[in-house]
Formats: sequence, C-alpha cells, structure tokens
Amino acid sequence: MNTATIAHDGHGHGDHHPSGIMRWLTTTNHKDIGTMYMTFSLLMFFLGGLMILLVRAELFQPGLQFLKPEFFNQLIGNHALIMIFGALMPAATGFANWQIPLMIGAPDMALPRLNNWGFWLLPPAATLLTLPFILEFFGVGDGALATGWTFYAPLSIQGGIGVDFAIFAVHILGISSIMGSINIIVTIFNMRAPGMTMMKLPLFVWGWLITAFLLVITLPVLAGAVTMLLMDRHFDTHFFIAAGGGDPILFQHLFWFFGHPEVYILLLPVWGLIPHVLSTFTRKPTYGYKAQVYSFIAIGVLSLVVWAHHFFTAGMPVPALLYFMYSTMSISLPLAVLFFCWVATMWRGAMTFETPMLFALGFIVLFGIAGLTGLVLADVAADAQYHHSYFVVAHFHYALFTGGIMGVMTGVYYWLPKWTGHMYSEKLGKLHFWLTVISFNLTFMPQFFLGLAGMPRRIPDYALQFAEFNAISTVGAFILGFSQLIFAWNIWKCIKGGEKAHAKVWEGAEGLEWELPSPPPHHSWEVQPKVA
Amino acid sequence: MSDAPQPTPQQPQRGHRRLVLQLLGLTAGSAAFGFALVPLYDTLCRQFGINGKSSVNAGEEKDATPGKVDLDRSVTVQFMSTLMPGLPWEIRPLETSVSVHPGELRTTRFLVRNASGEAVTGQAVPSISPGQAAAHLKKIECFCFRQQALGPGESKELPLTFFIDSDIDPNIRELTLAYAFFPAPANPKGGPQ
Ligand SMILES: [Cu+2]
Repeated sequence: MNTATIAHDGHGHGDHHPSGIMRWLTTTNHKDIGTMYMTFSLLMFFLGGLMILLVRAELFQPGLQFLKPEFFNQLIGNHALIMIFGALMPAATGFANWQIPLMIGAPDMALPRLNNWGFWLLPPAATLLTLPFILEFFGVGDGALATGWTFYAPLSIQGGIGVDFAIFAVHILGISSIMGSINIIVTIFNMRAPGMTMMKLPLFVWGWLITAFLLVITLPVLAGAVTMLLMDRHFDTHFFIAAGGGDPILFQHLFWFFGHPEVYILLLPVWGLIPHVLSTFTRKPTYGYKAQVYSFIAIGVLSLVVWAHHFFTAGMPVPALLYFMYSTMSISLPLAVLFFCWVATMWRGAMTFETPMLFALGFIVLFGIAGLTGLVLADVAADAQYHHSYFVVAHFHYALFTGGIMGVMTGVYYWLPKWTGHMYSEKLGKLHFWLTVISFNLTFMPQFFLGLAGMPRRIPDYALQFAEFNAISTVGAFILGFSQLIFAWNIWKCIKGGEKAHAKVWEGAEGLEWELPSPPPHHSWEVQPKVA
Repeated sequence: MSDAPQPTPQQPQRGHRRLVLQLLGLTAGSAAFGFALVPLYDTLCRQFGINGKSSVNAGEEKDATPGKVDLDRSVTVQFMSTLMPGLPWEIRPLETSVSVHPGELRTTRFLVRNASGEAVTGQAVPSISPGQAAAHLKKIECFCFRQQALGPGESKELPLTFFIDSDIDPNIRELTLAYAFFPAPANPKGGPQ
C-alpha cells in the first residue's frame, strides 16, 4: 500500500488523516478507494480461480474423482458470481476511481463519502456469498448457492440457505454498484476541467459513463427479480411457481434483462481503455474518436433490447425469435466499427510491444473470436444445437476472460507505474502475457470442440469420448491459474520499489493524467487544468 | 503544495444534489419497471399465446360461445398430462386425441387417482402448443379452474369441456393441450386460468 503512502507524504497537512486500518476504513480519497477496489478485485480473482481449479481437477478425467456433485454445483455458480461481481466489476470501479478524476482534471470524485460506503459494502457481500461453504463444514445448511450463477427458478426456489445468502449478497452488491455508478456519472457531468467538453472526454471515461448508466438501469431489475425469488421462497407468493399461477420463464426474462447488459457493463470500460493503450504504443492519435463514442452509445442502447437470446430454447413465438436474433446480430455492427478503429489506430504506427500493448493486441485477437462465436450462438437455428453446451462456456470465457480480465490486465500494466511511481518488471510482464494467452487458449479452445461434440455444461461427469479435450483443458487451466501468481508478484514488486517512473510514463502517452507526477499527489488537481 | 487551498469536495455538493436525485429517480424507475414486467409479461403471453397461455382468464372464458360450427375443417387436439414432483397421483387422459370441427363443443375426461394413503390436493396447469393456437382453444369447463382434492386412494374422472373458435389459423390442423399437475400451493395467488 506504498502507493498512496508516498502520495500522502507529499501532502503538507496530512495530520488530520487517521492512519493504519482507520485510514482505509474512513478514507474518502479517490486513489485510496481505487487501490482498495483493485486489491479486493485481485483477491477475489484468486478465490474465484481457486474454485474453478477444483472444478477443472474434477473434470480432468471422466467419473467422479474428488468432488461430490452437490459441491461441484456450488463451485461453478459461485466461481461465476465471484469473478463477475467480485473481480471484474470492482476492478473496473477501481480504474474509474483512480483514473477518472486524473483524466478529466477533477480534484476527487464528486461524492467521496458515498464512494467509501460503496467500497465497504463489498467485503460483507463477498462474505455472505461464501459463508454457506463454511457453515456447511460445521454442519449448518447444505452449502452455497448450487443453481449456477443464473438463479433459475424453479430450481432456486427449491434450493437451500445458500440461495438466500446469495440473494442478500446480490442486493448488497447491487446497492454498492449503483452508488458507485451515481458517483461516476455525477463526477463526469459536474467535475470536468474547464474546456473538457463531452466530445473531448477520454474514451475510457466515455466507456465508463455508458457502463454507469447501464448499471443504474438494469441492476434494480435484477434486485427486483431476486427479491421476488426470496418472496416465493419464504412468503408464499407465486411469481415463478406455475402451480400458483406464476411462470418460471418470467424469471429468465427478468434475469437476462440485467444479464445481457451486464456483459457490456463489464466490457465497455475495457473498450474505453484499449484505444489509449493502442495510441500510446503506436505513437498515433486515436483513429475515429467520434465513431467510437457513438458505437459505445449504440451498443449500450442495443444491449437493453436483446436479452432473450439467452433462452431461445425455452420456447418463444417465431416472430420473437427472429426479433431477438436480428437485434442481437445487429450489435456486431457497432462492435465492428470499434474493431476497425482499433486496427486503423495501429495502421502504419511506430509500434513497440511493451506488456500493456501485448495484452491489448491479445485482447483484440481473442475478443474477436468471442464476437464471431457469439454470432453463431445468436443464430436461432444453430443455438438449438449449442445451447447449454461447452460451446457456450468457451464463447463467454473468450468474451469475459480476454475481453474483461485481459483488458483489465492491459489497464493495470498501463497505469501501474502512474499509480505507484515505479516501473513494473517488463520481463515478468511479458512472461505473464505469453503464459496467459497460451494457457488460456489451451484451456478454452478445446471447449469449443467439446461443445460441438455435444458435451453439456454444468455436469461433474461426462461420457468417455470427451476425455482427451477435457484433460487438455484442465492442464491449460492449471497453467493459466498459476501464471497469475507472476502477475500478483509483479504488482507487489512494483508497489515495493523499482525503477522510478516519469510523470509521462510512456513516451507516446497523451492525456491529463500524464501531466501529474507519478505517483500523483494526494489531492490530484488542486488547481483544475485548462483544456484547450 | 502545502500552501495551496484545501480542495473541498464537499463544496460543490449542492450542485450535485439535483443530478443525484435524478439518478436515484432513474434507479427507482428501473425497479418499478422490473416489477411492472410481471403483469406486463402475463398480458403479453396471453395476448400472443406465449408459453401456451390462454388469452383470457377462467371467468371470462366460461362465458365464451362456440358460434357456428365449421364442418369443412377439423383440428386434432392431443391431450397430455405430466405429474410434477411431490404429487402422489396417477393421471392419464381417457382419450389421447380427438378430432373436432371449429365451433364444435366437446367434452373429454382425465382419470386421476390418489395413490397415497392421505388426502392430497392438486392443481392442474394447462399449456397449449403451438402458442399461436392458445388463444383459440376455449375451455368452458375445466378441472384446472380450481384445485382438486382427492381422498386416500380415491379416483375421479375430471371433465374438460372446450371448443376451438373458428378464427383459428387454417394452417393449424393439430394442437396439443398439456396439463402439468402440481401439488396445490398453500396460498394460491388468484389461481391459474
Ligand atoms: Cu447476451
């Protein structure tokens, strides 16, 4: 936690700030809060990873080896919830806290106290989610949520206390995210430096603005859906109970009304930061700034009206199938614009391949695979074959691991020297990159083939013909998991010391954040900069 | 730097209040929208026969009148019954399929038997496929309109009286009426159609 300490020392009248644990509990400083979000995210990344390594160990061979099926079911759903709500979303919020004030020339976030509350809701939520694992160990209850992360009724109505714990965790996480989003929107609208018009906002900030609006619009619907679920479970309502006049498929609609935009909630901040990295390491201005902004907006709006592609096979009238198919496919148009702009930014640039650039390039290639396989799944006729198979698992890991997590890693390597004032080890960074991309593909490429061959997801055992690909996938997963220790080690070393970073860490970097020293002072922009 | 005035993030907060309130309003609106989706979904399903739901609720449907019988056309109606977990019954349709003319009133029966030694109450939930046909199959009398109580070992023939209205798409020559039998919930919300 050296980062902020250094920043703190540079600040002349820090004596009114508490120190030690109280400092972190009470801080309203955007950098401290950003650091806490990033740290929490990294911890959850390893927790979620550990869960899925147990799953992959079980799937190494056909038959049941290590895990009871009940425990297997608990691991898969909690892996997803921890990775999405514990690792990816907090990482994005950590970036927002650290970077948005620096990038728009604001002294801090608009609502600093709300910011502190927003973070401190996260640890209790993560505890609620994982507590049933421990309770079961002591003979209380029957373990954590075992329905998969989607909570589908009627399974979730029948589930044990794990479902209730998860419902409350989702409520708390939702409140935290909404508070964070409101803070970010208010900061972006009200705290920009003079001259920083909306169409001069850095793309990262634009991406986050759309994400924040999506969160405010969709999270309350998820909160409502899980509340209805809770009422069905305990208060004799029948929102999703067919015998009482309800409809379980309604739950799928409510869940995915949130769930599909959630994908873009996770991806938009990354799409925002990638152009900064590309422009820095190609030493060229971002190509098609306006086109990218409008694409962000288009994707944000479209993401709200395509949700039912997640359950084509649940039964829908043909016109509805066609509508959801074409609207889903239409998202690939603004997405193609983004890809075009990324490639055009690099075109004939003076490229160098530092770690952030490697991750950005890996992101573009692998995320492209996610997009193309997504088109296959959006096809109603094809989806009937691939639905609920490993093809889907592979597809959304290409989207969320490379699009989400590798995007976050891009940002971490890119901004870490700015935050800590030290350079990370480029050697370890590159090693981490190559191990990650190779083992990622080793893990998930075979899963496409498993899906095509008909292996269903969420099953602890499988038929013999799937054995080879599963073994390869498990080996890949273990290499992938352990490679991330290099990442953590590199970050730790960078916090502790290393070569001093300049204010403008990267020779080709543009933007307000590079005008502040590395690390930036405790209060970022005491005098707001003027943007020409 | 220590001479610079303390930045006061609290200072511009008054200007933020309006925007925060608007955003909280948006949040509340989204939550309300989520709950409004429940009746909205139900209405849409009935309107378009999504999930095989009938177009009108039990009370109205009882008063439907068959109108003229269209002898030129006939539609095959298949019957299915599914037992949901927790209901110790045996059920089967006495006829697996019947052929009717649009407008023709028809009665058929389902045989149910309580295989347990206790009194059990069940609730049948109908579903019609294809979904476009759902609005055109009208049930005048149906055991699914209310819960059915069976004593220990008791068996019953449950009647169903229906007709197909003549507005049905002429391309639909076959449809399926499927019943899922659930253990009756303690506290039904109005009860299904
Ligand atoms: Cu989706």
